[in-house]
This record gives sequence, structure tokens and C-alpha cells, in this order.
Amino acid sequence: MWNYEKRLEYPINIKETNPKIAKFIMSQYGGPDGEISASLRYLSQRYSMPYREVMGILTDIGTEEMAHFEMVATIVHQLTRNLTPEEIKESGFGEYYIDHTLGIWPQAAGGVPQNACEFQVKADPITDIMEDMAAEQKARSTYDNILRVVKDPDVIDPIRFLRAREVVHFQRFGEALRLIQERLDSKNFYACNPVIDKNCGRK
Amino acid sequence: MLRQTMNQSQLWDWINEVSFAVTEITLYLDTHPDDEEALAFFYHYNEERKKALALYSSNYSPLTLNMVQQEDDYWRWATEPWPWEGGYC
Repeated sequence: MWNYEKRLEYPINIKETNPKIAKFIMSQYGGPDGEISASLRYLSQRYSMPYREVMGILTDIGTEEMAHFEMVATIVHQLTRNLTPEEIKESGFGEYYIDHTLGIWPQAAGGVPQNACEFQVKADPITDIMEDMAAEQKARSTYDNILRVVKDPDVIDPIRFLRAREVVHFQRFGEALRLIQERLDSKNFYACNPVIDKNCGRK
Repeated sequence: MLRQTMNQSQLWDWINEVSFAVTEITLYLDTHPDDEEALAFFYHYNEERKKALALYSSNYSPLTLNMVQQEDDYWRWATEPWPWEGGYC
């Protein structure tokens, strides 16, 4: 069960609109390495995860990703609110505007809709946590790409916060991987699935 | 009514009941913010929920992070059962 907290995880107050940058940043809302795919991935992987500490980290990071989903939407909203049709036409935001007006819809920067094929739930503890670690690094790379093209300090500040959280999540998933491996036989970590293949891989 | 003598199963059921009452009246109040009867209902069940969650946390384990007990010397949040395992947390 979830309860909503009526605040952003980190404050966002953008004074200047910028639809071009908004379209880039939108990718972290519904793109291949975006926040909602991250949240769905971790929260969906919990049910087949056999270790309680790892269930905990998947729950708590999956929950924080929902807060990031809201932060990215807030950035896109503040970058596009009250735009005039002329500003939209000139900025390259026109295609998005025709379909979604100034609403927030989960798509990648290139317009591809959010899709569960962007992540996996394999129900193999090592496989799933390795995917999660890769996902955090891919999201960190995306935030670095965004930081290379954004000049507005009001936008850079919350993006830097989000980027730093990817690094922390990578660290925690790395620790989760260690907790999993400590319970397995180090001779064949990667040769079987300890959830399905009984007597295989367990200490 | 919350009773200190409730066993885990009774307290668990009570938490589910009062929490659902809070969820339900929240939706109603969102569209009827000046309904005094509904507000009184919310205040009552929200208070009952807080008391029940606190008692559950001190007797068993925390169901929300707000209810983690100050005196605990171990992080039971992660290591106690999770809801999808079945049974109580």
C-alpha cells in the first residue's frame, strides 16, 4: 500500500520556459532509461526475490523512483507552461503539442511511448540485480547527456540531484548483489537460478 | 475500537478497516471539502489509524517508516516479512 507525500523530493522552481530542453528531459519521464520504467522494474522484481533485505531495497528504491518520476514531470511542466503557439512552432515542440497539448505524457525524447519492453523481470536474483545496476548507470549517462545541453541553473540543480541519486542507487544495488552472492556457492554464481534450481548454487 | 488486549490478527484487521475508512473518505473529501460530517469521520479514523499503527509497531514491526520505533537497535523494516509473502508483516 502507498501513501502520497505532498512535496517534491527536491525543490524545483524554473523561471524561464524552454520547450526544446523540455523535450530532451521528457526522456527521463517515459524514455528507455526513464524513471517510470525504473520504478516498474524494481517494484515488479520484488515478488520473485528470495531475500528480505533485497525485497526491501527494491521496494524503497522503486518508491523513490516514483518521486523522481514526479520531479521530471515537474521540470517538463515548468519548462513548457503558458507557451504561445509561436514559441511552440519555433522550438521543435510542435509534434508533441499536436498530440498532447501541454500535458505530460510518458515518451522518449524521440517520441517513442513508454514501454515495458524497456525492462525485464527474470526472477533470477543475480540477473535481476545486474539489470538494475545497469539501469542506474544508463540513467546516470542520460542525465550527463542532459547536463551537457542545459545552461539554465534552475534546471541544472534538480537534474544534478537526480543524477547523484542514480549513483547512490547503483551503490545500494551493488550491496544487494553482494548479499545475494554471500548466500550462494561462489563456484557457480552464474550457472543456475537459485530460486528454481534447487540444490544448485546454494551454500 | 482499538483495545490494548487485541492479538496480532485482531489488530491487523483493525488497521485494515480504519485505513480503508481513511482512504475512502479522502476521495470523498477531495470533491466535498466543506462537508463537516465527512471531516469529523476523517479526523476520527485518521486518529484511530495512527494509534493502531503505533501499537502494531511497538508490539510487532513497523508498517510505515513513520512508525519505526526510536528504541529499536535493528532495522526490522527490511527483514520482517513483506506483504506479498502472505500473513502479517
